[in-house]
Amino acid sequence: MNRRMVFFLVGQILKAEAALLALPLIVSLLYKESGYLSFLITIGIALVLGFGLTLISRPKNKVIYAKEGFVVVALAWLVMSAIGALPFVISGSIPSYVDALFETVSGFTTTGSSLIPDVEGLEHGILFWRSFTHWIGGMGVLVFVLAVIPNFSDRSIHLIRAEMAGPIIGKLVPKAKQTARILYLIYIALTVIEMIMLLFGGMTPFESAVHAFGTAGTGGFGIKGDSISGYSPYCQWVITAFMLIFGINFNLFYFILLRKIQVVFKNGELWAYFGVVAVCTGIITFNIMPLFEGFSEAIRHAAFQVASMITTTGYATADFNQWPELSKGIMFILMFIGGCAGSTAGGLKLARVIILFKMIKKEFNRMLHPRSVNVVKLEGKQIDAPILETTGVYFALYMISIILIFFVLSFEPFGFTTNFSAAVSCFNNIGPGFDKIGPMSNFSCYNDFSTIVLTFAMLLGRLELFPVLICFSPSTWAKK
Amino acid sequence: MKIVIMGCGKIGTTILSSLVAEGHDVTAIDENMEVVNELSNIYDVIGVCGNGNDCETLSEAGIEKTDLFVAITGSDEMNMLSCFLAKRMGAKHTIARIRNPEYNDQSLGFMKHELGLSMAINPDLLAAQELFNILRLPSAAKIETFSRRAFEMIELKLKNDSALDGISLSELRKKYDVKLLVCVVQRGDEVYIPDGNFVLKSGDKIGITATPSENMRFLKMVGTMQKHARDIMILGGSRTAFYLAKMLISSGNSVKIIEKDHEHCIELCEQLPGAIVINGDGAQQELLSEEGLASMDAFVSLTGMDEENILISFYAASQNVPKVISKVNRDEFAYIAEKIGLDTIVSPKKIISDILVRYARALQNSEGSNVETLYKLMDGTVEALEFNISNECPVINTPLKDMKLQPNTIIAGIIRGRKTIIPAGNDMILPEDKVIVISEGRRINNIADIIR
Repeated sequence: MNRRMVFFLVGQILKAEAALLALPLIVSLLYKESGYLSFLITIGIALVLGFGLTLISRPKNKVIYAKEGFVVVALAWLVMSAIGALPFVISGSIPSYVDALFETVSGFTTTGSSLIPDVEGLEHGILFWRSFTHWIGGMGVLVFVLAVIPNFSDRSIHLIRAEMAGPIIGKLVPKAKQTARILYLIYIALTVIEMIMLLFGGMTPFESAVHAFGTAGTGGFGIKGDSISGYSPYCQWVITAFMLIFGINFNLFYFILLRKIQVVFKNGELWAYFGVVAVCTGIITFNIMPLFEGFSEAIRHAAFQVASMITTTGYATADFNQWPELSKGIMFILMFIGGCAGSTAGGLKLARVIILFKMIKKEFNRMLHPRSVNVVKLEGKQIDAPILETTGVYFALYMISIILIFFVLSFEPFGFTTNFSAAVSCFNNIGPGFDKIGPMSNFSCYNDFSTIVLTFAMLLGRLELFPVLICFSPSTWAKK
Repeated sequence: MKIVIMGCGKIGTTILSSLVAEGHDVTAIDENMEVVNELSNIYDVIGVCGNGNDCETLSEAGIEKTDLFVAITGSDEMNMLSCFLAKRMGAKHTIARIRNPEYNDQSLGFMKHELGLSMAINPDLLAAQELFNILRLPSAAKIETFSRRAFEMIELKLKNDSALDGISLSELRKKYDVKLLVCVVQRGDEVYIPDGNFVLKSGDKIGITATPSENMRFLKMVGTMQKHARDIMILGGSRTAFYLAKMLISSGNSVKIIEKDHEHCIELCEQLPGAIVINGDGAQQELLSEEGLASMDAFVSLTGMDEENILISFYAASQNVPKVISKVNRDEFAYIAEKIGLDTIVSPKKIISDILVRYARALQNSEGSNVETLYKLMDGTVEALEFNISNECPVINTPLKDMKLQPNTIIAGIIRGRKTIIPAGNDMILPEDKVIVISEGRRINNIADIIR
């Protein structure tokens, strides 16, 4: 274990966070709010810690292996969230540090679950930071750091792999740094396009920025108590479209830029993604027709909610708590599936779901024809046995984690629906759940202990279990 | 620069790692999925699994926008075909490994032209050339030549009783009146670019640049001159051995080749009428003694096994053979073998990776100057480069003493027409010179990089 390198990288990340905190500081100053001090103090702390760490642990040996990649990612996210929570506490927006940490982790992990009872009363700077954490966490901080700092290791692919979500993560171009840059450029470009389109819909520049950040990271922090319901149908459609776009594997955008459209069309995961969205939207539209005036309104709400759930964003235009059971059931299933691998969405990821189904089919085949040879293929390529194994183990761990979290939450005096949907929603980085934590309410009903458990659940879900769990294994920290 | 390497065996991987270290965008193609995965984990490259003769694989590797395509698989035919395809599909330059002696004759030029190859490399031939150079001047551990042998750099290991022990470089220049420059010293794991006050110690490995005749004179003066090797024993009848024997015989040496395989012996016998071919196992000391190992001027171990080469070389050294050379392919072994006392080790893959690095650098800078020769010395930490100087170079017409050179960089020699100059402060670089630069820990692409 190359501890020096691990701490060095964590230090670099703190520096990057200090730089990113400058944006909400500027917003705060523009609106002439008193909250700017809280950002200044936080930037100071982050810089001192960051420079301290990088100076103390100047690494002699810059080699990192898969193990270091996992640990760096887990530690970086913890430290980043711990620092990122400070502005909320210092400015007094969220007095309790535990709650502030929940809010920040919810931001970075792009969950979008909130504890703040009265969002509309917050300062602009704080609101901006809250949504900006979505944007930072969506693509990943280490990917950002990789894109910015000079090349430091041949093996930086381990960092990208530990932070990006999906069963198979490859590079777009030979250099990891270049890959990180391309991903961020696509990300920034799409965010800016959404911002401009929202501006046309009558949002103020501040509102459009905040909502674009929330959509881009597939986060879901709003600045209104009723999420997106108050905005025009045009804005709702724009957000629907962009939620779906940010749920697509970013590699495909790169292929579009390279004009290799045929690769995009042949992508099985993409077709499955749109298929699921279309079918679910269709069923829900007919199911909720009686609740709304006319088809166009019903389909708008259905599409918005489906996109919001499958991409694990968590915005809402309607209180789906009041919808028929069938619709609620579909939405609940969508929470598990999640977006495409290599996107900013959370959940299991469609690629994994597809692999799991193919594994089931293979197993059936083997039962029927014990001597048959079966190969699992994805996007026309055979998937190696280790990846299949990891996918199976991942699914098992995923279910166990959700059940354990649900069990711990059961100490709270709420119903089964509330607790189970809270576990699923936090773990899959969605945001709202059902019943007491529905889209129009928030998580403030939970006590401190449950809040910490849910915070942990969000981190587990965003980093896809292994990086966080590996940190608990003693052999990770052994000298050799 | 975008580079695609096809075939990631021993040589392919070495080339890949040095090209990645140079900062190029490298894509690796190999048919073995495990190799590709492993490589993309260790190096900052993208891996493509597939057959390099398949257009689909090539286009997946982004061949249309590739600047340099290197085919280095074990099969010559495959290399040639894939280079041809790559060229047709848009690769700007292609390099193929072609090692079969049948292709490496007059027909090679024709083939290169027809296939559009920028370069054909033959590792065995290159290794043989290096070995031949070393045997020409056995006192040096290694010789690198610049500008068609007008200038050379020799590596010398100072033995315990060396006359050079304890004298500083400025004293050395006074004591021996030779025009040479000690440009790099390796002591233990440290490498120095020395100045006049540097004091040499026994055990150092030093690099000296001068003209061949001056070098010869110097070696005679310090008493380490060994006579030119005449009787040479080669262990293992590989392709390298074949090329080396051919070169040695044509320059009038006597060569004895020991080879295990009988069929192969007959083949060698047929192709090399001047050589004595012995069928037997070189690991048997009995056989080596019988064939007169102790009376040989030089022993070259070229079997396919690194371990065998190292161990038998030690045996030969213990029999007081004046010059023992071993071919060692694995870097780790080469390092250890050198540590425990073998002074001359040749690694074919290193020779090739130097050539490719040089080629890539020359492609990269077309303006001002270009790299003519590049050698990596002292475990790759030091580079010796030869540049062609053009009219637009920023370094011309300035006396060297007024030039602000980068730290750990020196100008070791200037070649002007037929004249060679060991530069002093008042010398200047003029257009159309060739300049030899030695630099430690720094990558020099262009002659302009040497000034601050």
